[in-house]
Amino acid sequence: MKPTDDDVRTDGGMFGESAVTNVTRRQQAREVVDESIVAPFKIAWSDWRTKVALIIITTFVITAVIVWLHQIGITILNDALNLVGSPWTLETPRSPTVLTPEMTGVRPFENWETPLGTFDNGVDVLSALLWATPGMLQMIIAGGVFSTAMATLVGTVSGYKGGTVETVLNTIVDVAVAIPGLPLVVVLMAIFQPSSPYVIGIFITINVWAGLARTIHSQVLSLREKSYVEASRTMGISTPQIIRKDILPNLMPYITVNFVYAARRVVYDSIALYYLGLLGGATAENWGVMLDWAYNENNAMTVPGKEFMLILPMIPIIALSLALILLSQGTDKLFNPRVRTRHEGKTVQDDDADPQVNPPM
Amino acid sequence: MNWYIKRTGQALFTIWSVITIAFVLAWNIPGSIVEKMIARMAQSGGGGSREVIRESIESRLMFDPNASIFEAYVTYMTELAQGNLGYSIVASKNVSAEIADTLPWTLLVMSLATLGMFAISLSLGAIMAYREGSRFDLANTIVGTVTTSIPYFVAALLLILWVGHSDAPILELFPEAGRRPAKYQIEPGLTLAYAWGVLRHATLPALSYIITGYGLLALSMRGNSIQTLGEDYVRVAELRGLPSRRIALRYVGRNAVLPLYTSLLLAVGSMLGASVVLEQIFQYKGIGYRMFQAINNSDITLMMGTFIVISVCMVISTFIADVTYSFLDPRIKSGDQGEAY
Repeated sequence: MKPTDDDVRTDGGMFGESAVTNVTRRQQAREVVDESIVAPFKIAWSDWRTKVALIIITTFVITAVIVWLHQIGITILNDALNLVGSPWTLETPRSPTVLTPEMTGVRPFENWETPLGTFDNGVDVLSALLWATPGMLQMIIAGGVFSTAMATLVGTVSGYKGGTVETVLNTIVDVAVAIPGLPLVVVLMAIFQPSSPYVIGIFITINVWAGLARTIHSQVLSLREKSYVEASRTMGISTPQIIRKDILPNLMPYITVNFVYAARRVVYDSIALYYLGLLGGATAENWGVMLDWAYNENNAMTVPGKEFMLILPMIPIIALSLALILLSQGTDKLFNPRVRTRHEGKTVQDDDADPQVNPPM
Repeated sequence: MNWYIKRTGQALFTIWSVITIAFVLAWNIPGSIVEKMIARMAQSGGGGSREVIRESIESRLMFDPNASIFEAYVTYMTELAQGNLGYSIVASKNVSAEIADTLPWTLLVMSLATLGMFAISLSLGAIMAYREGSRFDLANTIVGTVTTSIPYFVAALLLILWVGHSDAPILELFPEAGRRPAKYQIEPGLTLAYAWGVLRHATLPALSYIITGYGLLALSMRGNSIQTLGEDYVRVAELRGLPSRRIALRYVGRNAVLPLYTSLLLAVGSMLGASVVLEQIFQYKGIGYRMFQAINNSDITLMMGTFIVISVCMVISTFIADVTYSFLDPRIKSGDQGEAY
C-alpha cells in the first residue's frame, strides 16, 4: 500500500503507539473518567428529558437515604423527620387500643400532624409513602445489578468463546427470553416467599437479563472481528483482559439502557406483587401495599372522600416510572448508534422516541 | 428452509424447558404448600384426618411425590403428552377443561387491547411524524410519554374509580367487574345482546392496556416514520399533490409499521403476564385470575397448568413473529440475521 502525502505517519501508526505507553496511570484514569463519565453526562444533561429524569431520581435517592439512615438509628434533619418519621407506618401501625378518632380516617391537609391524611387504622399516609422508598431503591439496585451483570457475563462469554459454549448459553438465553416474566415471578414468590428487598429485586429480574444478553452477544460477535481486538489476541493478551479492556467499554450504552429497563420492571412487578399480597403479607413498606389497603380494607373505591388513599401512592409510582422512561429515552439518544447517526447526518433535529428494544409492559 | 426447521426445534425445546421448570418448581412445593393446604382443609373441617387429606392432595398431583424425582418426571411428562393437565381442587374439574373455559376470555381482552392499541398508536405516530415539531406533535409526545409511565394496574384502578364515581349514563355501559352479563339479565348464547354484554365487560380491562401501552408504540412509530419521511418517494408524492393524510398513512405509515410487527406479538406475551394482576383487579375470570386463585389456594396442578399454558402461548406468539416477519418484509433474509426480536 502506497503512503499518501497527507498521511504523516507512513509507518502506519506502528511507532506512534509508543507515545501512548508513556502516559502515566493517573492521566490514563482521568482520561477514562472523562470519556466514560463526564462526556456522556454532559451530552445527557443537554437533553431536557435526562435532566428531568435525573432530578426526580435524585429526589428519590435523597429521600431514601434519609429515611434509611433514620431507620437504622441515625437521624439527620430531625425537625423534618419528626413530621414524617413517626413510627406509625405500615410495619408498625398503632395498636387499636390507642387509636382515637382524631387519628383515623383523617383527610389530607386537615392538620399538620398528619399532612397527607391517615388510613383507617391510623397509619400516616405521608410516613408510609416516604418509608417505602428505601426498600424500592434497594430492590431496583439489586435487580439492575443482577440482570446487568448476568447479561454481560453470558453475552460476552458466549460471543467471545464461540463453539459449544456459545450454543449452550444461547439456548439458555432463548428459553429465558420466552418465559413470561410475571407469571414465573408470581410462582417463585409463592414458593420461596422472600422478604429481603435484594432477593425480591433479583427474583423479579430473573429473566430480564436475557434480552440484553442477546444484544451483547451480537455486539461482541462484531467486536471480536475488530482489528484492535485481533491485535490484542496476537500479542498474547489473556482472554479476560481482552474482554475487560477491549470489549466491555464498547458495551456500556446497552448496559446503561438495560439497567433502566430492569429498574422499570422491578418497580412495576414489585408493586403489583405487593398489591396482590404475594409479598410479605400486608406488613412490608411498599406503595403497592398502600394501594392494597386503600382498595381492600379502606374501601377507597366506593366511599366518597377516600380517593386520596388510592391516588397518593400512585404519585410516586408514576413519577419514578416516568423518570425511568425519560432516562432511557435520553440515554438511548446518546448511546444508540442508529439514532446518533440520524441526529448527525439527517435533517431531523429532534426525534425522541426511538423504538424500544423491549416490549412496552 | 433450514432456518425454519431450526427455529421450530428451538420453539419446541423452549416449551419443553418451560414444562420442566414448572415441574421442578412443583417438585419443591409439597414440603411447604401441601402442608399449608392440609392445614387449611383440616381447619375448614372437611375430609377427615390429615393423612386422608394428604393422600387426596397427593393423588391429584399427577405424580407420586414419594417416588424418585426421575420417576415422577417421567410420569408427569407422559401424562402431559396425553393432554392431561391434572385435576384442580379449586375449580373441582380437570385443569385442561378449566383452562379451555378461561383462556378464551383472556384472549378476547387481549385481542381487543392489541387491536385498539395498534390502531391508535400507528395512526397517531404517523400523523405526529408528518407534522413533526408542531404543537400537535409536542402535545402528543408529552401525553404519550406520561401515559406510558402509568403502570397498567394503576390505570385499571383509576378507570374503576372513574367509572364507579361518575354519574354520567354512558359510563354505566362499562361494568367494572366480571366477564359477562349476569344470567338473569341476558341468557348466554349466540345473540347480539349477549355478545354486546361480553364486549362491554371486556372494555375496561382492554382499555387499561391500551392507555398505558399506546404511548411507547406511537413514539416508536413516530421515530420510524420520521426516518421514512426522508425518502424520495415521499417527496414525489408530495409533489404530486396528494392529500397529506394519505401520504402520512399510506406512504409513510406502511413502511414505518414493519419494524413494529414483532413488538405486536411480544405485546401479546406481556399482556398474558399482566393478566395475572389485571384480571384480579377487574374480577375478570380469565386465565390470569385462575392462576392467582390457584396460588392463593395452593392448588398446585392448576397453578402449573396455567403457568405452562401462558408460557406456551408466549412461545407460540414469538415463534409466529419470527417466522412471518420475513414474509412481511422481504428485505429481511429469512431470519438468519437474527434481528427479528
